[in-house]
Amino acid sequence: MRKKPDTRIKPSEITPEGAFLNRRALLKAAVAAGLVPGIMSASEAATIPAGGEFDPKPTKWPGSVTDKPNSLEDISTYNNYYEFGAAKGDPAANAHTLKTKPWSIQVSGEAAKTGTFTLEDILAPHALEERVYRLRCVEAWSMVIPWVGFPLADLLKRFEPTSQAKFVQFLTLADRNQMPGIRYPILEWPYREGLTIEEATHPLTLVVVGVYGKVLPNQNGAPIRIVVPWKYGFKSAKSIVRIHFTDKRPLTSWNMSAPQEYGFYSNVNPKVDHPRWSQASERKLGGGLLAGRAPTLMFNGYADQVASLYTGLDLAKNF
Amino acid sequence: MAVTTPRWVVTVKVAVWGACLAPFALLVLRALEFHGLSLGADPVQELLNVCGKTGLNLLLLTLCITPIRRSTGINRLISFRRLLGLFGFFYVVLHFTTYVWLDLGFAWDHVFEDIAKRPYITVGFTALLLLIPLAATSTNRMQRQLGRNWVRVHRLVYVIAVLGVVHFWWQVKRDISEPLLYAFLLTVLLGVRLHHAWKLRRKAASQ
Repeated sequence: MRKKPDTRIKPSEITPEGAFLNRRALLKAAVAAGLVPGIMSASEAATIPAGGEFDPKPTKWPGSVTDKPNSLEDISTYNNYYEFGAAKGDPAANAHTLKTKPWSIQVSGEAAKTGTFTLEDILAPHALEERVYRLRCVEAWSMVIPWVGFPLADLLKRFEPTSQAKFVQFLTLADRNQMPGIRYPILEWPYREGLTIEEATHPLTLVVVGVYGKVLPNQNGAPIRIVVPWKYGFKSAKSIVRIHFTDKRPLTSWNMSAPQEYGFYSNVNPKVDHPRWSQASERKLGGGLLAGRAPTLMFNGYADQVASLYTGLDLAKNF
Repeated sequence: MAVTTPRWVVTVKVAVWGACLAPFALLVLRALEFHGLSLGADPVQELLNVCGKTGLNLLLLTLCITPIRRSTGINRLISFRRLLGLFGFFYVVLHFTTYVWLDLGFAWDHVFEDIAKRPYITVGFTALLLLIPLAATSTNRMQRQLGRNWVRVHRLVYVIAVLGVVHFWWQVKRDISEPLLYAFLLTVLLGVRLHHAWKLRRKAASQ
């Protein structure tokens, strides 16, 4: 990000009202805008804290769901992260081998500012907030998770995508030395996911670096992932090493492996079943053995915010 | 029965009972969160997995008895087959009960829709239905009454085992390594029988 200073303030860099009272966040935004170059040391910017807890504390986002969040234990021991093994407990058992520092992300394609950026550069100008989102897995279970992050839109704008950037592709690290699951050709490695630019820049789509106020556990996609709460969980790419802007719909790993079962959109939709199982209801985890099922909500309960992205689109065909 | 059971058979039977009940006991302890044990984040799924797989394991074990008996000549082994089969049925019933009760909360419309619409459930449910006559005719009395037909009825276990492996395979999302292993073992077990039948036929032809 440390290219030539640009003194124009772009809409993406206008500090949100909530962060206005926070001097540090304001300073960070000013640094990002090139207004106050070099007066802050890297350690004062939003970074991945070595001690685990974020400082300053992430602000509480007012739009959070009010359901009781799942325990950190549930969130960090029941994972689908096939790079570390296909069983739910494998990522928690194996992900300690992931090296999250140093980390960098390659930005390519239809954008003015491309290149390789360090994680520190990526995070520096952003103020972190805690957002409690529902997570609905395509396997018909769900959790409620207090993520720590910031809107993906704010990050993507900094790369100045061109008018040709219709889609964004995300690639996950695929290093067989760190990820034992890469040896097995279960999915197309590296894991790849994609969104339309409208989905990627929707205010709900989040860049996530933490959970429960602490640094993201490796098995949850450390050090940096995205979360798209109205889509099935596999759409939210973990441990991202590349962001690619493109004018064509990008290939996505699950779609490549079973196109009849996993579409590009993969919006949570109780009316469109998985070919092999019903999506009309879900097991809300955390309620114990007798909790039973709850009806699945259209767009995972985020219909008011996101349904307009899909007006005129046949969601049964574009599943 | 006038013949007394050898002591080793009694010992092994007790051990088999213990081994067959152990997975159930462990599930109960985990469900009660005894001593820090737990069923994990998705306890219903865990119950479904453990009961389903234990049921399938036991059914495949019953299919091991005859080949082992033939190759070792230990005919007594046959007396463990019913025990393994009935325990297999027990776990399959637990698996189905978990699905109907704990997962679907007795929403019968959902159950019937699943059975009708989802091939892997259709197959699994068929396997369960076919197990019922086998369990019902497993007593000594039924065996005597049915005579030759008893063997014919109990050949259904081959169909059931195939359906069970297919049921397992079709519900896996992506990683088929485990069902593949089951399919391989089942192929070996059925292959051994085909080979035996072929040998008998050749022997009969040469005489």
